[in-house]
Amino acid sequence: MIAIRNLKKSFENKTVLRDVNLDIYDGEKLVIIGRSGCGKSVLLKHIVNLMQPDNGYILVDNIAIKRVGQKDLFHLRKQFGFLFQSAALFDSMTVVENIALPLVEHTDMTLKEINEKVAEKLELVGLPGVEYLKPAELSGGMKKRVGLARAIIMDPKYILYDEPTTGLDPIMAANIDKLIIELSEKLNVTSIVVTHDMQSVAKVADRVVMLHNGKIIFSGSIDELYATDNKVVNQFVTANAEGPIQPKPVTY
Amino acid sequence: MVEFIEYLGKRIILFFQQAGAVFILVWKAARYLSKIWNNRSLVLNQMLEIGVRSIPLVIFVGIFAGAVASVQTAYQLKGYISLNYLGAATSVAIFIELGPVLTALVIAGRVGASIAAEIGTMKVTEQIDALESLAIDPIRYLAMPRILSGFFMIPILTIIADFVGVLGAYVVAYINLGLPPEIFFGSVKEFFSILNVMSGLIKAFFFGGTTAIIGCYVGFNTTGGAEGVGKATIRAFVLSSALILLNDYILSVLLF
Ligand SMILES: Nc1ncnc2c1ncn2[C@@H]1O[C@H](COP(=O)(O)OP(=O)(O)O)[C@@H](O)[C@H]1O
Ligand SMILES: [Mg+2]
Repeated sequence: MIAIRNLKKSFENKTVLRDVNLDIYDGEKLVIIGRSGCGKSVLLKHIVNLMQPDNGYILVDNIAIKRVGQKDLFHLRKQFGFLFQSAALFDSMTVVENIALPLVEHTDMTLKEINEKVAEKLELVGLPGVEYLKPAELSGGMKKRVGLARAIIMDPKYILYDEPTTGLDPIMAANIDKLIIELSEKLNVTSIVVTHDMQSVAKVADRVVMLHNGKIIFSGSIDELYATDNKVVNQFVTANAEGPIQPKPVTY
Repeated sequence: MVEFIEYLGKRIILFFQQAGAVFILVWKAARYLSKIWNNRSLVLNQMLEIGVRSIPLVIFVGIFAGAVASVQTAYQLKGYISLNYLGAATSVAIFIELGPVLTALVIAGRVGASIAAEIGTMKVTEQIDALESLAIDPIRYLAMPRILSGFFMIPILTIIADFVGVLGAYVVAYINLGLPPEIFFGSVKEFFSILNVMSGLIKAFFFGGTTAIIGCYVGFNTTGGAEGVGKATIRAFVLSSALILLNDYILSVLLF
């Protein structure tokens, strides 16, 4: 279980996370929605300590990640798979090398075992046969899927997806959604999906939370999401130009 | 006036903060030296990249530096001291100054800037974050091999530059002055001191380390997309060149 308490984060004088409180339960598929630039990526990065809060703390299985030393932090991170918004593939390496890197660095597996495992994960993300391409030769959707294969290579307990379907065509997006559901069921992982793709939300989410103005302003099921009378949430899920949120840059 | 002092104070604080951050980086990288055997392929890769791939450039620079040194020295000696000492005068200059400094400066351009650009690109495209999220410490994976290779490969490149430098010097001496090889190399040998060469290599050791450390530091602190990477590249080159010349002065005072 992940418990986020009173999380606060500012950059220079811009407050991004004001006071975030959120519990993430084992095995659930939690979707975090919110406008672009509202701090969804920042929140995800806090969960694996890629960013440190100004205030508040995060417990991962009752361990305060802010307090752990580097050794334990790396141990903790092995339980996480992180799909970056930009995929963040290592562009000096081939697809196989990207996916295999955690195995090469953290396990004593032989080359044969590693190759088998990489092939298995590539199969899972529906990308066999691209092993020896470089990231620059892949399309956006392929990059995301390679990034996903890399994120799950160590069989993590938690998978964090940062906008897994943004910028993909609808069919590819549906495939990724399916994959998220499959992974969650097959491997019994806890999934945290950041997105503003409402179709994806409807398919994937066990529970939805909405981040707005640095706080969680909604938490509930899909049905509750569409039924809510919170005007901000309502405007977001119905993609309405009229409403409390106006398309000026988000101010805090 | 008050503003100026305030500005100056801020700059000084910033300087010490950055110097401190550089030392922390070096300290963290140094702690991974004990695991060097496990990381040998990373280190070898960088030695190849930083060392072996720089050899053509260093040979080119070495030959011309030697040639110019030879012409200059001949001009200065002419009429005062016998040109029979040309080999000695040129080679000593190459060993203690030209070899290490010119090698280090071209390496600052080729290697320092490319380390900063590579790590800087990884930083702005979240690849550094990705390494961390995979429980891989970027300081072990990226910085340690580069810094280590910087320290040890630049002296080796300097030996090459010294060698081709003296050859270049001789070729010019032969073409311009018809100086026979026995005379030229005889005087090189007569005045040859291993201490001169060693002091040059000690300098090269520090120049190389400085270049790689600055490249890594600037790279890890890159922000602002492609533009930021461009700025980081320039910054790494300017900073490491300046530090090489400063180091050169300090080491020269200490060594001689
Ligand atoms: N490293 C950083 N330095 C400064 N500002 C940042 C940094 N990372 C994110 N921000 C700012 O935080 C805000 C939220 O960003 P982000 O979490 O990426 O938004 P999104 O919800 O679209 O993922 C943005 O305004 C962004 O400019
Ligand atoms: Mg984002």
